[in-house]
Amino acid sequence: MNCFTIENLNVHYGAFQALKNINLSMEKGNITAFIGPSGCGKSTLIKTLNRMNDLVEGCKITGRVELFNEDIYGDMDVNILRKRVGMVFQKPNPFPMSIYDNIAFGPRTHGITSKYQLDEIVERSLQGAAIWDEVKDRLKKPALSLSGGQQQRLCIARALAVSPEVLLMDEPTSALDPISTGKIEELLLTLRNEYSIIIVTHNIQQAARISDKTAFFLLGELIEYDETEVMFSVPRDKRTEDYITGRFG
Amino acid sequence: MKKQNRQEVIMGFVTWAAAVVTIATLLFIIVFILVRGVPYINPSLFSFTYNSENVSLLPAMISTILMTLCSLVIAVPLGVGAAIYLTEYASRGHKSVAFIRATTETLAGIPSIVYGLFGMLFFVTFLRWGFSLLAGAFTLSIMILPLIMRSSEEAIKAVPDMYREGAFGLGAGKLRTVFRIVLPSALPGILAGIILAVGRIVGETAALIYTAGTVAQVPENLLMSARTLSVHMYALSSEGLHINEGYATAVILLLVVVMINMLSVKIAQRIGGHP
Amino acid sequence: MMRSRFDEQLSVLHNSLVEMGALIERAITKATQALVEHDVSLAREVIEGDGVIDEKEKNIESQCLKLLLSQQPVARDLRQISSALKMITDMERIGDQAADISELCIYLADQTYIKKLEHIPQMAEATIKMVTESIDAYVKKDLALAEAVIEYDDVVDELYILIKRELIALVHEDVNNGEQAFDLMQIAKYYERIGDHAVNIARWVIFSITGRHKEK
Repeated sequence: MNCFTIENLNVHYGAFQALKNINLSMEKGNITAFIGPSGCGKSTLIKTLNRMNDLVEGCKITGRVELFNEDIYGDMDVNILRKRVGMVFQKPNPFPMSIYDNIAFGPRTHGITSKYQLDEIVERSLQGAAIWDEVKDRLKKPALSLSGGQQQRLCIARALAVSPEVLLMDEPTSALDPISTGKIEELLLTLRNEYSIIIVTHNIQQAARISDKTAFFLLGELIEYDETEVMFSVPRDKRTEDYITGRFG
Repeated sequence: MKKQNRQEVIMGFVTWAAAVVTIATLLFIIVFILVRGVPYINPSLFSFTYNSENVSLLPAMISTILMTLCSLVIAVPLGVGAAIYLTEYASRGHKSVAFIRATTETLAGIPSIVYGLFGMLFFVTFLRWGFSLLAGAFTLSIMILPLIMRSSEEAIKAVPDMYREGAFGLGAGKLRTVFRIVLPSALPGILAGIILAVGRIVGETAALIYTAGTVAQVPENLLMSARTLSVHMYALSSEGLHINEGYATAVILLLVVVMINMLSVKIAQRIGGHP
Repeated sequence: MMRSRFDEQLSVLHNSLVEMGALIERAITKATQALVEHDVSLAREVIEGDGVIDEKEKNIESQCLKLLLSQQPVARDLRQISSALKMITDMERIGDQAADISELCIYLADQTYIKKLEHIPQMAEATIKMVTESIDAYVKKDLALAEAVIEYDDVVDELYILIKRELIALVHEDVNNGEQAFDLMQIAKYYERIGDHAVNIARWVIFSITGRHKEK
């Protein structure tokens, strides 16, 4: 069962073509990594999956993207799409509010008002993001008082609070120190079965450590897509091998 | 080498002298007013009625407060609303954006006496409101509108895009994002703009003379004429009979302005405290 | 090109392997010569030289571990380095076999050979060829060459069978030949083992190039 199916996707920013004819299916319950040099289109692709690209002026999209067999550019309400497909950004971006309000923002947006329910969701999400123990006594404190690694886990908890089916992560650990990175990688491995996770990363070793399948992009094209173990030991395309062995950046 | 040293010494002296003169001038003004005015501050100046024997300033102070509130009630929703439109809804670079910005800048530069005349011709005469609190408030609100718009726009623009992205990513629509995330974040900046506007209102004289008039009693309704503290000062000094009480009023006015400035500094510090 | 330092280090690794290959080739050559000429001092040189070969193995091993740690290799780099680790084990064993041959050579030093040694030097030549070519195949990433080495082991095996038959015949002729025949058989076995180790080296070369193990 595929969480996302992408057919003949082309994305243009004005005259510039960021993605060329992408065909890709990502499996449910997997961690799929997108790798490739800067400007290869991997961030553009991930932002297409929850229609964050709609916010970019001059962005034109053709082709078909399906979330569990539903066309995301069809009748689907974009806000419901973004509830089902959560996103965690490269730089942690908690709102300038308390920890509790940060987590509760999503559920409140989607209609949950009962304090009892919200309390339960907040606790569940913070536990799911492995940060409950660290913040349970300071839920009313400002979220910005947390460290970088904690803030990022908070953002993950915030995304989990709306019970998404898929999690999109755009280089989630590139702004963090190695210990926080390690904690988040562990977290992703535990989240794997309940959620489908798609992670953009610059770090080859990270992709090798945590992903089940990896897709390699170059200049807007999908070059290779395979089981991570296979791609990292016997890649089929020379460009893939040159990239992952660091022979070109 | 020696020449450079001498130049530096001269430069140092010159800048020091400039600072001294500036501060001295300021101190002189303040001390002058205080010396002339403080002896004449007495409780009778704070009685609710004004008559030619007791030129109480309390009615003027009450009028000032009412005028401020009315102007803000008109200008703040308009100004903040326009700022929200410009930053959140209008597509950047659209012609209307440039046009609105140009008109705002123009409005900001018009001298207040011109506003006063416009107010008199339009609100007082054409709309038949007469010299009234309402006419004054409307005129003032046009005056402070560009100020509030500009500072609100800056404050809203200063809210990092990543907050908006985070909100959209969670499925919040534009309206919700603006009102729950962007505005609360921009609030300190918007408040700072409002306080600046209040400062301007409190100091305004020319525009009010032509629109709100100079009646010195506490206004009973919005269509009555009323004078603010600064107009009161003007009236006292131009009548020539109560110069001392004029200075006393000046002291009070100075106090009010200082308090407003301190408030805005406090708010600015709070913004600085927020990352 | 990125990773020039890594490429330099890989180059150093290759050179070390070539050097180790040269060491074991010389060991085989000297052991064979010592055997044929009853040269005891040469034999002792071979036995002592085994210590150098062991050191070389340790040195290359630590080079590989350092590369794994510091460069986090993937794909072809990872295969090359892990193959090198396996190859040096077989190469070190070849060194041991040469030393064992020399041990027996010293033991046989005072005896006259029951027959002229002709096939044993041929086995030596064949195994030296296999060792040289398998390391060559590793450095040049030459798949065909590695596969040829594996094929060539047949030659060594045939020579072994030939020697076995001859020795059996000699024992039939004269039972007193038996003791030396045993020793010569053992020596032939050592050479046959060298051939097998050379085949292993070639198999690891194939793995480093293709990522797959060749079916036996």
